[in-house]
Amino acid sequence: MAKLKYYQAFNRALREEMARDEDVIVMGEDVGESGGIFAQTRGLYGQFGAMRVRDTPIAENGFVSAAVGAAMTGLRPVVEIGFEDFLTCCMDPLVNQAAKLRYMLGGQVSVPLTVYTFGSGGVNAGPQHSQSLGAWFAQVPGLKVVTPSTPRDVLGLFKSAIRDDNPVLCLFAKRLIGSSGEVPEDGEDFTLPIGRSEVRRSGSDITLVGVSTMVRAALSAADSLSEENGIEAEVIDVMSLSPLDSDTIISSVKRTGRLCIVHEAHAPCGIGAEIIARVSEQAHGVLKSPPLRITPPFAPSPFAPVLEKAYLPNAARIADEIRALMDCPLT
Amino acid sequence: MAELNEQTVLEMHRTMCRIRYFEEAASAKYKAGELPGFIHLSIGQEACAAGVCATLAATDYITSTHRGHGHCLAKGGDAKRMMAELFAKQAGYSQGRGGSMHIADVSVGMLGANGIVGQSMPLGVGAALTAQVKGSGAVAVAFFGEGASGAGVAHEAMNMASLWRLPLVFFCESNRYAELSPYETHVPVANVADRAPAYDMPGVTIDGGDALAVYETVTEAVARARAGLGPSLIEGKTYRWHGHYEGDPEVYKPDGETEAEKKGDPILRLEALLKDRFGVAEAVLTTAHADEQAAIANAVTFAELAPDPTPDGLMTNVYVEMDGA
Repeated sequence: MAKLKYYQAFNRALREEMARDEDVIVMGEDVGESGGIFAQTRGLYGQFGAMRVRDTPIAENGFVSAAVGAAMTGLRPVVEIGFEDFLTCCMDPLVNQAAKLRYMLGGQVSVPLTVYTFGSGGVNAGPQHSQSLGAWFAQVPGLKVVTPSTPRDVLGLFKSAIRDDNPVLCLFAKRLIGSSGEVPEDGEDFTLPIGRSEVRRSGSDITLVGVSTMVRAALSAADSLSEENGIEAEVIDVMSLSPLDSDTIISSVKRTGRLCIVHEAHAPCGIGAEIIARVSEQAHGVLKSPPLRITPPFAPSPFAPVLEKAYLPNAARIADEIRALMDCPLT
Repeated sequence: MAELNEQTVLEMHRTMCRIRYFEEAASAKYKAGELPGFIHLSIGQEACAAGVCATLAATDYITSTHRGHGHCLAKGGDAKRMMAELFAKQAGYSQGRGGSMHIADVSVGMLGANGIVGQSMPLGVGAALTAQVKGSGAVAVAFFGEGASGAGVAHEAMNMASLWRLPLVFFCESNRYAELSPYETHVPVANVADRAPAYDMPGVTIDGGDALAVYETVTEAVARARAGLGPSLIEGKTYRWHGHYEGDPEVYKPDGETEAEKKGDPILRLEALLKDRFGVAEAVLTTAHADEQAAIANAVTFAELAPDPTPDGLMTNVYVEMDGA
């Protein structure tokens, strides 16, 4: 195994796929010579040239739609939207075009488009640069949505997304950009299937599902619950919001009898709500206590560090809410 | 560059007749309640579709608007499969999943009519981008209307196409009305093509009812695009004989306007030219009309008799099935 930072895994995935398939191009704001705001595309321009590594004007609606047109006609575009919040500027090409063209043209085309972006809060970026909007896109048939939380998952899921013949939205987390983790050695062609969740920690008392940044918080909470209360949480990284791997979650809940979901997105109509609905539908009666969602309050993400700290779920809050759920003394 | 000869002009004439008969049949069937949903017709604008597409090869691309039947027919689409789609039948181009507003035949480079006004332009940018990256030599034409010219993506698309010198022609069918409102409601300049200098591309406004003018102007723009010299903006001034949608009471049109415009029927204008300039006999034109009318009648019969799609196919083509995923 090798060790890479999150953004380096991103860079390696894209580099490998561009070398493997000359139809793969990358386009977006500042992806070219500058190498991107997080150094995520550094070196690609030099290696693959201006034809395949293309800076765009600040025009998300236009360049995502152009990428859809290119995907319909034989390219495999990988498109950067710098911040997840800016997905709102290209809803039409994602929702009305990319997701539907294959269907509404009777299968005459496929749209092998990858759109990636950097979401999550925790870096004091304020209300327009901190959102996690993945659940919106999980409501759109035709799209796939992945949320890798470790460098290994970035490498495996991003490569799979680029190879997928469907439009895939890769939601990376700004806060994890500099985080490190083990990845398969250079030269190993590593992919992970889209639509599968993974158990990150085994446990028998509660199923604790995390999305993106909240997987780390969940693991940390699980450690303190184990040490301080003898509660063993089974932590699942959801990894894909669409398709959602409810089987892994439901089979865990059948063993633990308890369910908690943590995400940075708001609670109403979110992934947590969907998971609870599926557990209710497919494992009705196994829950020993009410299901629990831990999310920010229903307010925009604040700028002030002291406010954002209070806003985002963290390990201590997760552990406390689970203690309360399980009638343990709070720390 | 495609050469202007009698045969090319006769083909354009046939294309225009085909579009006219197709849409007249669609209008009649819609009025009779046989077509579900809603349809947008381009009767009166046939010279634009026919003139543009006559300059293109099957390997070239077009992107289209909600008013796209003419574009699809002119690019070589099959009237039977198109009519079957309007009738919401399984034999339609989209197996009844798309309807009139998503009519497409990708095999002839017609990438689809589109229900979102303006999106034909950046989608066309994408098709031209593929041609450029792959070095295929193909060009793309993005059809749009003057109503779309006010959309943000119109600017975004023309800006990108010019920055990247893409092999693309933006063709504006300026048909006097955007939905239910006249040109002046949407566009502050006299001509949409007047905006071309802002994108550092050639812009020209022509008589969109003159099929030959369309053909000649687009031929030049396509040659320029194919030579790597970048995009052009062409505006064909034309007129939409029908409403925005079938059933539109057209209260916004001045009395007598449509009737006056019909006197300049682009099909009749091309026929006069064929006779005067090429000495084509009346009988040749009569035969063309009869053939195209019969072909459309056949298409209607085909569509009427074709089976409905079945609900077991509701999930078809939502996703491409991936191995191991």
